[in-house]
Amino acid sequence: MALLQITEPGQAVDPHQRKRAAGLDLGTTNSLIASVREGVAETLPDEQGRHMLPSVVRYASGGIIVGDEALTEAVNDSMNTIVSVKRLMGRGIEDLATLGDQLPYRFSASEGGMPRIETISGSVTPVEVSAEILRTLVDRASATLDGDLDGVVITVPAYFDDAQRQATKDAAQLAGVNVLRLLNEPTAAAIAYGLDSGSEGVIAIYDLGGGTFDISLLRLRKGVFEVLATGGDSALGGDDFDRAIAGWIVEQSGYAKPLATEQLRGLLMASRAIKESLTDNAKVDIDFDRDGVQFKGALDRATFDELVAPLVDASIKACRRAVRDAGVELGDIHNVVLVGGSTRVPQVIDQVANYFGKTPLNNMDPDKVVAVGAAVQANILVGNKPDDEMLLLDVLPLSLGLETVGGLAEKVISRNTAIPTERAQEFTTYKDGQAAMLIHVLQGERELVADCRSLARFELTGIPPMVAGAAKIEVMFNVDADGLLSVSARETSTGTQASVEVKPSYGLTDEEITSMLQASFEHATEDANQRSLMEARVESGRVIEALGNALAEDGAALLMESDIQALQQAIEKLGSLSEGEDHLAISEGTELLGRASEEFASLRMDAAVRKALAGRNIEEVDKEI
Amino acid sequence: MDFNRNYFEIFGLPVDYAVAEELLADRFLELQKQVHPDRFAAGTDQEKRLAMQWATLVNTANETLRAPLPRAIYMLELRGVALKHNPALPPSFLMDQIDLREQLEEIEEDEGDLEELDSFRKKMLLAINVVQAKFKEALDEDIDKAERLVYELQFLSKLMVSASRLEEKLLDY
Repeated sequence: MALLQITEPGQAVDPHQRKRAAGLDLGTTNSLIASVREGVAETLPDEQGRHMLPSVVRYASGGIIVGDEALTEAVNDSMNTIVSVKRLMGRGIEDLATLGDQLPYRFSASEGGMPRIETISGSVTPVEVSAEILRTLVDRASATLDGDLDGVVITVPAYFDDAQRQATKDAAQLAGVNVLRLLNEPTAAAIAYGLDSGSEGVIAIYDLGGGTFDISLLRLRKGVFEVLATGGDSALGGDDFDRAIAGWIVEQSGYAKPLATEQLRGLLMASRAIKESLTDNAKVDIDFDRDGVQFKGALDRATFDELVAPLVDASIKACRRAVRDAGVELGDIHNVVLVGGSTRVPQVIDQVANYFGKTPLNNMDPDKVVAVGAAVQANILVGNKPDDEMLLLDVLPLSLGLETVGGLAEKVISRNTAIPTERAQEFTTYKDGQAAMLIHVLQGERELVADCRSLARFELTGIPPMVAGAAKIEVMFNVDADGLLSVSARETSTGTQASVEVKPSYGLTDEEITSMLQASFEHATEDANQRSLMEARVESGRVIEALGNALAEDGAALLMESDIQALQQAIEKLGSLSEGEDHLAISEGTELLGRASEEFASLRMDAAVRKALAGRNIEEVDKEI
Repeated sequence: MDFNRNYFEIFGLPVDYAVAEELLADRFLELQKQVHPDRFAAGTDQEKRLAMQWATLVNTANETLRAPLPRAIYMLELRGVALKHNPALPPSFLMDQIDLREQLEEIEEDEGDLEELDSFRKKMLLAINVVQAKFKEALDEDIDKAERLVYELQFLSKLMVSASRLEEKLLDY
């Protein structure tokens, strides 16, 4: 006799219908993948039982190596071994100097200003390096879960700007994974702790990773996580703690010459081990003798605390700023969550507890918590828990604006605005007969263009001849739920649609991505055609299923019998088309079915809106006021 | 679908400058729960696009109605009044504004007396409340006056922003 099965309401999906979804934490130092299996979200280990994949990619003459095997060669083959590539994502070649790192790589610029790293097997972009890490993890998950993934959630620091987010999404596209959502790391952590089912209130997430620091304040209300404010420092992390120790050792040793790359790497690795040891020990003996730097002695916790005090203080200052931005009082914050390996440092825990006035939550593994939260969210988004009410409402991390006269940045959408959102700004011409206008899109809080991040420049052409000031040029900013921006512009006074070309400053163009994909197919054993066919089938299957579910749910209530039949016939038609081998025909059929269902989609959305306000009318509302 | 409904109607609220803030916040969350793109992550492209449009509209509507100044501007807009870029304002009002600016500068020069800044902000909040009350009244009786009051509200809001910036500077945020 079978035992009584107990399932949560949202999990009652038939096992063979369950989708494979995963959460990916693409970290500066380490990356992880997690998935919900039998109701439990957990990180997935590789064949040797290792959960964390060092975010290291080595381009060797024999091929590409990712992870631990690449890391061991990082010192000996530093030129061809890319570490901490996350720091380069979405950055331009001219940004590299400001990253504060002594990067050992040989860089060259690609056409779009994106840095390319010269390796023994040719030059690669940071996006391609990240795609290798993603691919390794996705392959691991496919093997563990016994099939291709239907969708993934990838986490990014809340502080990531548009270019960095776009680069992350490009990497996923290169790796051939379906991104359900880019999720902010702190939000993922809050989900992992199950705070979404906890009491309502404000939650602070303090996330100190290897290379970045994020502070986020979230409010949980009615099952909705609202990001109230985010802040942080994209160049502050545990690596800086290592550097502080390394600097101290060099100072103690009396070594006066500038350090070579290999020397620094060795020193940093030793410093890191010392830092980790100081978490459980009050004092660590050091016997360092390498590459001419010699030091024998000890580092105690108090000295270490002093060394890192300015770094921890900087993080607390960012916390104060975020609390203020969120418009909440310290007393309103009822949970503080620690995320990131660097929050193991006792001084960090003490200072955070001291500032917020409460003991922070740190009972989950701070290295895994983000991936676990991402897996929970991926499981919901992919459709495995249709009854789950949890929703995340995100905000724009950094203001978006345009360059105006005199090198000044004018804000169009200010930071911490809820997304998705759109905003139009009107400009005019300053010369008679001016036919074109340069539009420079910026991100950042500073007033000068030079201090902001340049996201894109494009030219609006075809403005009809008019006197100066007569043209009305409307620039429209659209930010989607992932925080990704698209910009368009048109001349409104004459109704002339002027042409627009957006060139991402540091991103990849669609053509570049396509050609990279093609290049990777040439290396792969898989035939490109076969892959296109597979992708077309996956997509058509997705649409058939989504529409089928929608019809079962709302068809009878919203459509006439004849419309339902027509849609069902269209579904069947696409189904049989998908059994064929022509991927173009399948894609076309999918597109047609989508369009045929447009009216139905619109009716469903209206019904959903009515449902949200159900049972309410204006008189009733009047009484409540 | 009708994207041209006014922002109050979207939340099922009466078109009134006095908004029930709690109710607006609740309705906002209820609506987002239904229309947010995450609800359609596994849906068709059409659903995703619609969800994106709806979620954007709901966000914009919420931001417009939530804060007093954008709400006031929107009330004028509903009555077909667009704000001017360089409105003519009574000299006495402008003199008052210059006075207030100077007060703020003095606080900054005095090495930043936080108590003084605090009482300045309280004074500003009071002034904003008075202008808001006048605006609500003028809206149905004297639209020109209502428009002028919005310009006053704009000035006062900018002063509040400056006062907050100064506070941040003094507290070293």
